[in-house]
Amino acid sequence: MIEIRALTKSFTLYNQGGAEIPVLAGAALHVAPGECVALTGASGSGKSTLMRMIWGNYLLASGSIRVGDLELAEAEPRQIIALRRRTLGYVSQFLRVVPRVPTHEVVAEPLRVLGVSAPESRIRAEAMLARLNLPRGLWGLSPTTFSGGEQQRVNIARGFVHPYAALLLDEPTASLDAKNREVVLALIEEAKARGAAILGIFHDEAARARVADRELDVTSFTPRQA
Amino acid sequence: MMGKLETMTAAVDAPLLAVDGLTKMYGARVGCTDVSFNLWPGEVLGIVGESGSGKSTLLSCLAGHLAADAGRVVFATRDGPRDLRALSEPDRRRLGRTDLAYVHQNPRDGLRMGVSAGGNVGERLMAVGARHYGSIRDAALDWLGRVEIDEGRIDDRPSAFSGGMQQRLQIARSLVMAPRLVFMDEPTGGLDVSVQARLLDLLRGLVREMGLSAVIVTHDLAVVRLLADRLMVMKGGQVVEQGLTDQVLDDPQHAYTQLLVSSVLQV
Amino acid sequence: MREAAYNFAYLDEETKRMIRRAILKGVAVPGYQVPFASREMPMPYGWGTGGVQVTAACLVPEDCLKVIDQGADDTTNAVSIRKFFQRTAGVEVTERTAEATLIQTRHRIPEAPLSEGQILVYQVPIPEPLRFLEPSETETRKMHALQEYGVMHVKLYEDIARNGEIATSYAYPVKVEGRYVMDPSPIPKFDNPKLHRSSALQLFGAGREQRIYALPPYSAAVSLDFDDFPFAASKAPHDCDLCGAAESYLDEVIIDDAGGRMFVCSDADFCRTRREAGHAGQLAAGEAA
Repeated sequence: MIEIRALTKSFTLYNQGGAEIPVLAGAALHVAPGECVALTGASGSGKSTLMRMIWGNYLLASGSIRVGDLELAEAEPRQIIALRRRTLGYVSQFLRVVPRVPTHEVVAEPLRVLGVSAPESRIRAEAMLARLNLPRGLWGLSPTTFSGGEQQRVNIARGFVHPYAALLLDEPTASLDAKNREVVLALIEEAKARGAAILGIFHDEAARARVADRELDVTSFTPRQA
Repeated sequence: MMGKLETMTAAVDAPLLAVDGLTKMYGARVGCTDVSFNLWPGEVLGIVGESGSGKSTLLSCLAGHLAADAGRVVFATRDGPRDLRALSEPDRRRLGRTDLAYVHQNPRDGLRMGVSAGGNVGERLMAVGARHYGSIRDAALDWLGRVEIDEGRIDDRPSAFSGGMQQRLQIARSLVMAPRLVFMDEPTGGLDVSVQARLLDLLRGLVREMGLSAVIVTHDLAVVRLLADRLMVMKGGQVVEQGLTDQVLDDPQHAYTQLLVSSVLQV
Repeated sequence: MREAAYNFAYLDEETKRMIRRAILKGVAVPGYQVPFASREMPMPYGWGTGGVQVTAACLVPEDCLKVIDQGADDTTNAVSIRKFFQRTAGVEVTERTAEATLIQTRHRIPEAPLSEGQILVYQVPIPEPLRFLEPSETETRKMHALQEYGVMHVKLYEDIARNGEIATSYAYPVKVEGRYVMDPSPIPKFDNPKLHRSSALQLFGAGREQRIYALPPYSAAVSLDFDDFPFAASKAPHDCDLCGAAESYLDEVIIDDAGGRMFVCSDADFCRTRREAGHAGQLAAGEAA
């Protein structure tokens, strides 16, 4: 489902004299449907970068990233947009939303863009929020004022409200209490069971051990500094 | 799988707007030069750049308010693709009342200030032949609701409205004919931050519900981040970079884009 | 009678030719505003300079001229224009609608039906019906050319929204022969039906704005309206207090300091003709006494 070959990435900082910072070289990985692969490695080793490249957020310098049938190296923006809408979900560590929009709408939005009716989207969004134990009183409020853990749960709800065939999870359990951590791990297990290919970053070793089928140390992709 | 279906539909459908080599000179000075892009149905394209970058010139050329010097602007009309530049003026104006819409930065430029809110919204309906007062008024009421203007204000003139309300009224007036493509010039410019957020939310909802395509010119990167699927960065009349909005903002490839992104506090 | 120092009907022949060309074009394209080189006339703008030039271009020595202002032959404006043409053209004049071959009017159409061979010349202050919503002349010309008349209905919409009905009571716009929207000059909307398929040739002259337009005999002039708010000609709900006419346009006349008032036909000739035929209104006896 997710396949990466001979991937390199570097950033060129034109405003700092054109300094070129290589971040990944020769990266390769494969995630099959129903499989969960955990990325490991010290912070700064390129885990999040790799994930953002699969998301289409960072461009690749060379190599290949395939998600489903789409080759990201050649994809047009609209193909990536369609991929994100239908196939690929992403739970990042940051929540970026239009201020003022109530939480239940934020969570329902991925369904709305897929053409699911407003009432059905709302029912599914609220079921997900309830499962993640977000107090009902918060559903009508914008998540911009929520605590870190609450925002994290809104993000997770958005990522799991639609059954994406592939999922990218960046620290999904980071700021959660035990009860909600358990809910998220169950969600991941259910996603695997229905055949989703999952690539995750988990600092939480116990969580990693529980849901990940394999681990991949991205340190091996870190370019040697010239 | 879904991916295959995606690729297949992509091959079949056509862009709503195909721009090729669009150039506008002001004498020896460059307005915009050699701009090319495709806009697909349902897509929102953001155009950013500093003042004088040519983004407003480009928008005016696309909308037909300015005559470009070279290039093609092919719009998929209901009767097939037509180069807007080659269209006769009557046809272009007709299109401008039906399938195309333009939202001005200053609502005063897009509204009739001496005409009630209902009259402003209803004008285009009457222009295409609506002759039943009751149904025109119903349509106006429906649209005021959609842009969150109280029904009781339908007979008030826009001069009695706040800036944010005027802008929402302009949007209702522009969208009442359910156009397929909307041009917006700094639609949230000149509004308070809280009012901006409300407007952005509204626009997002309308774009989604109506399947609208839009070209939005702005200098506000936060606006494009939230509204635009794709982003085009202009400098000195040229497109220096284009791509997926978050990719261009988070992994800018051009020196100018990097400068632009690093110049704002946080987007 | 005619003063020899003046060319017939005051204007020189070249000017009359120029105006006739504009009139012919106006007749050929009903409702279209033809620009013409309006001359300085020996009267101020707003006193009918456009109508006077059209009349001058149409008059022949055999004509019989009638001039009315608000329906009356004896108001200052009507009297001075009539005298002007008596002095400069020496034509016969009349107050009888049926006798006149050319009638110059301000703000009214005579009540008696006009006939073939008669010409009705209107004095027009603002010929552009779109001016209310569109101040740019370039733009209004384009709107006429492209038949973009949506704004006319916006004006009527505003009327209904504010007043519950179409409150426009004069200068009510009409669509001519399904093509041009035309301002019929500030006649009451009561007169609008008389524009439609009239047997007479109707000519409109705007001196300050330098425009001439025309309704050839029997052309269609349909008042704009909404399906659910149809056009209705309206008048004061009274009979004429002098002649008793129920179906003529009335003027309200205040007759004393106590608020007493009477309604009389605005068309003075129509009223007199009826009274001569023996019709009498509520206050007619008082007048006779």
